[in-house]
Amino acid sequence: MYDLIVIGGGPAGLAAACAAWEGGLRSILIVERDKELGGILNQCIHNGFGLHHFKEELTGPEYAGRFVKLLGETGVEVRLDTMVLEVTGDRQVHMVGKSTGYRVEEAKSIVLAMGCRERTRGAIAIPGARPAGVFTAGAAQRYVNMEGWMPGKRVVILGSGDIGLIMARRMTLEGAKVLACVEVMPYSGGLNRNIVQCLHDYGIPLYLSHTVTDIRGKNRVEQVVVSQVDENRNPIPGTEMVFDCDTLLLSVGLIPENELTRQAGIEIDRRTNGAVVYENMETSLPGVFACGNVCHVHDLVDFVTAESQRAGAAAADYVRNGAGESGRLLEVKNGDGVTYTVPQRIRPDRVEKLCGLFFRVNRVCKDSEILVTSGETQIARFKREHLAPGEMEHITLPRALLDKASGTITVSIREVAK
Amino acid sequence: MYDVIIIGCGVTGAAAAFELSKYKLKVGILERENDVALGTTKANSAILHAGYDPEPGTLMAKLNVRGVELAKDLCGQLDVPYSPCGSLVLAFSEEERPTLEELYRRGIENGVPGLALLTGDEARTLEPNLSETVVAALHAPSAAICSPWEYCLALAETAVKNGVELRLNTNLTGMEQTADGWTVRTSQGGFDARFVINAAGVDAEAVHNLAAAPSFATAPARGQYYLLDKSEGTRVGRVIFQCPSAVGKGVLVAPTVHGNLIVGPDSEKVSGNDTSTTGDGLRFVRETAQKSVPSINFRESIRNFAGVRASTGRGDFVIEMGAAHFLDLAGICSPGLSAAPAIGEYAAELLAKDGLTLEKKDTFICERHRTRFKELSVAERAALVEKEPAYGRVICRCETVTEGEILEALRSPIPPCSVDGVKRRVNAGMGRCQGGFCGPRVVDILARELGVSPGDIVQDQAGSWLLDRETKGGGANV
Amino acid sequence: MKELICIVCPQGCHLKVDEENGCAVTGNSCPRGAEYGKMELTHPTRVVTSTVRCEGGLYPRCPVKTDRAIPKEKMFEVMRALEDITLTAPVQVGQIIIENVCGAGANVVATRELLFLERKSDQKEL
Repeated sequence: MYDLIVIGGGPAGLAAACAAWEGGLRSILIVERDKELGGILNQCIHNGFGLHHFKEELTGPEYAGRFVKLLGETGVEVRLDTMVLEVTGDRQVHMVGKSTGYRVEEAKSIVLAMGCRERTRGAIAIPGARPAGVFTAGAAQRYVNMEGWMPGKRVVILGSGDIGLIMARRMTLEGAKVLACVEVMPYSGGLNRNIVQCLHDYGIPLYLSHTVTDIRGKNRVEQVVVSQVDENRNPIPGTEMVFDCDTLLLSVGLIPENELTRQAGIEIDRRTNGAVVYENMETSLPGVFACGNVCHVHDLVDFVTAESQRAGAAAADYVRNGAGESGRLLEVKNGDGVTYTVPQRIRPDRVEKLCGLFFRVNRVCKDSEILVTSGETQIARFKREHLAPGEMEHITLPRALLDKASGTITVSIREVAK
Repeated sequence: MYDVIIIGCGVTGAAAAFELSKYKLKVGILERENDVALGTTKANSAILHAGYDPEPGTLMAKLNVRGVELAKDLCGQLDVPYSPCGSLVLAFSEEERPTLEELYRRGIENGVPGLALLTGDEARTLEPNLSETVVAALHAPSAAICSPWEYCLALAETAVKNGVELRLNTNLTGMEQTADGWTVRTSQGGFDARFVINAAGVDAEAVHNLAAAPSFATAPARGQYYLLDKSEGTRVGRVIFQCPSAVGKGVLVAPTVHGNLIVGPDSEKVSGNDTSTTGDGLRFVRETAQKSVPSINFRESIRNFAGVRASTGRGDFVIEMGAAHFLDLAGICSPGLSAAPAIGEYAAELLAKDGLTLEKKDTFICERHRTRFKELSVAERAALVEKEPAYGRVICRCETVTEGEILEALRSPIPPCSVDGVKRRVNAGMGRCQGGFCGPRVVDILARELGVSPGDIVQDQAGSWLLDRETKGGGANV
Repeated sequence: MKELICIVCPQGCHLKVDEENGCAVTGNSCPRGAEYGKMELTHPTRVVTSTVRCEGGLYPRCPVKTDRAIPKEKMFEVMRALEDITLTAPVQVGQIIIENVCGAGANVVATRELLFLERKSDQKEL
């Protein structure tokens, strides 16, 4: 019986395992399906990681490498090339690997850190023919950066999520011609800095409020048709632009990978597509925690690290001190302009000093206030010059303020006239 | 000299080959694509119809009912995913009730077992997610679902095991009548045969016209589909039809043997083999399906596709001697999948009448098995991985497909050469991430096992290349 | 007055750079933003991240970066220089691959470790 099994050896799993070790656990197992630790960071060879956590700008592999090194200084056991097939309600973990065989391990606590997957063409039902040459941006990234293969010569990118933007630059540097980046929303889904350094730097046009309405080609993509959309995201006839290209990359969103979570009977939040979690990242199944992109999709790995450290420390606490009293319970509600919050539930008596809260907004706002209320009582207010759906927000609520709340707290945004 | 050459290896050609491989004959199949099942067989509703729909007395009626009867045992023997789930045809108004009664009458005449007319409430008891607007339904317990491409593969593989020669990438270019039969000209040279079977699907008309004067016209009809995630897979337990109309059996909602939900098709005349989907077509499918089952969640879509059905103006299959020693198996639209093994039997019968001697082989292999790791018990999995470690490496995480299963497919009688070929054999890439995760890994395994560069691996048919060139090879922009 | 989006960190501050006034920067939240604003107008620079060929490691490519920002106009010249390189595993993080690449004042360094790997174990089983 392990104290802790961490499922997934990407940034979330690594940070959780390290924090649990620091929290005093000595029997920890990380199960990783790939041949090495580090997860998706290994293919994110661009820089921009780690400014919060390491106070310097690192590439993805460097960020992962730092954590792998830290882990190497602990006694955490790692099983690579091993896939978890099932997690049961009584914390048995079924796993299989070429060299590790089929094993069922028991754990006193579990951290779910399986990350997320990319939305596909089928998920958004792009009409047209079905030739080869339609790739998710992440799959293309793996081919280019790890396998050393270019998926095409002339590229259109649908979606302005960060992976799509990063791949626009990457493909261009490697000699492909990126013809356009197309975004159905009237604003970009990626970070502003990536619009500048990945599109503007290379003269790649960004078409906002546009989408792909047809894919042509028998065996391989030959053309894609891009149309403008109206405010309801319906294509406007007569606005079609035809691009001659051999490749369409999709960067149209990420979905937390929660098949194991669902199977275990853990409650899922329809808005995050991840487990509903408490302030310490514990799920509805006691002793099972979730962190990183499996819980909700992050933009910044630094936030993944911080959240996962919280989960790892909480798992250590759970194993050492038991479940404890839950005390009062606050449900966190989404107010005006807020699409989700993590955590969704707060047990104020369990909050030592501060409770971090992540959320996303549903529109671009300038000069706004984030309001935290409980019933009629306003318990906190934060100012922001700029809010956007593509940029996750983070606020910290002191325990003293949480004590003023009862039943529910609501997070909302309000634009303030200047 | 072949006794019989079959042109085309969709489910019809494969079923004919399977049937003929029971006899002491030299049989060849010529397939222009790099794999079997690449036409209508891979893109249809995957339904084995009960047989109440075809007009009594037609070949469709006879072969449909016989075909689904044969499929029961055949799918078991050849390890083809099959589920006898039954079907319902819905009526939404009193005006549609006579249609159900007509189908019931035809079904009885065609010999369909177990048919029953139900009230709306009785239908909703069977299928709680049916619309409140359903007033009556026809229940056909003998309808089933199967994996159409694995059905075709299983028939073709078994034929190959029993001595049939399958030639892939062999495109027909011409035919000449000879003293003994036919010379068939192809991109891979000429082949002589005493008999030729035309099982060329949507292109059967063109093949017929190489051998004889035109006698039928194909009017390809395209049908578009949604495939939804397993989270929607239990929305219905049976195949749910609406009342048929002039254009076909209408939009159905059905579980698949892989645990997903399939919704479609519409029906639209197209020229040639156009399998594009359209915004309008997909919208029609969504809206029409929700009339039957309002709660379908189309946000769980994982794939859209379209298939082309080789309908002709005759309203029946075109199964006849098109010329001396030349048999057409044409116009095989729905219920072609259901009828396939019966079409195979009937084809052998017609060739025998035309002078082919049918003498049973002493030994005929009628079994096939593939490992399905996902379906094994914990103890079986542990033992398998212990014995063959490759079964411990999961390649497709959505469908839990292991490297061992892919290697097994590569050693099968008809090994895959493409990423989708692997998918059709072991389900890798069929799940919710649609190969986003396993695609590069499958390319890797194929390249390694076939001893070629990853750049030579295609997605599906020839020309569907995946990778352009290696990085760091002199291509940087100026 | 020129408006820029700062690319120094993911925050993406909206900068205003006053060309008339010695490129004084406002709208920044940190000193690096001020520096970026000025540089972007006078001589823009970028860090280049890419890969080089590598033999004998877990993957056939090793990720690399310039260890400091280089003049923007030299990016493709640096990319071309990377095409001539083939490393042999083992490779260490931070290992210098090209010193002062293209005279751009930066070294190209490896950004991951690649251990030497016997690849035979993975082939032709079953």
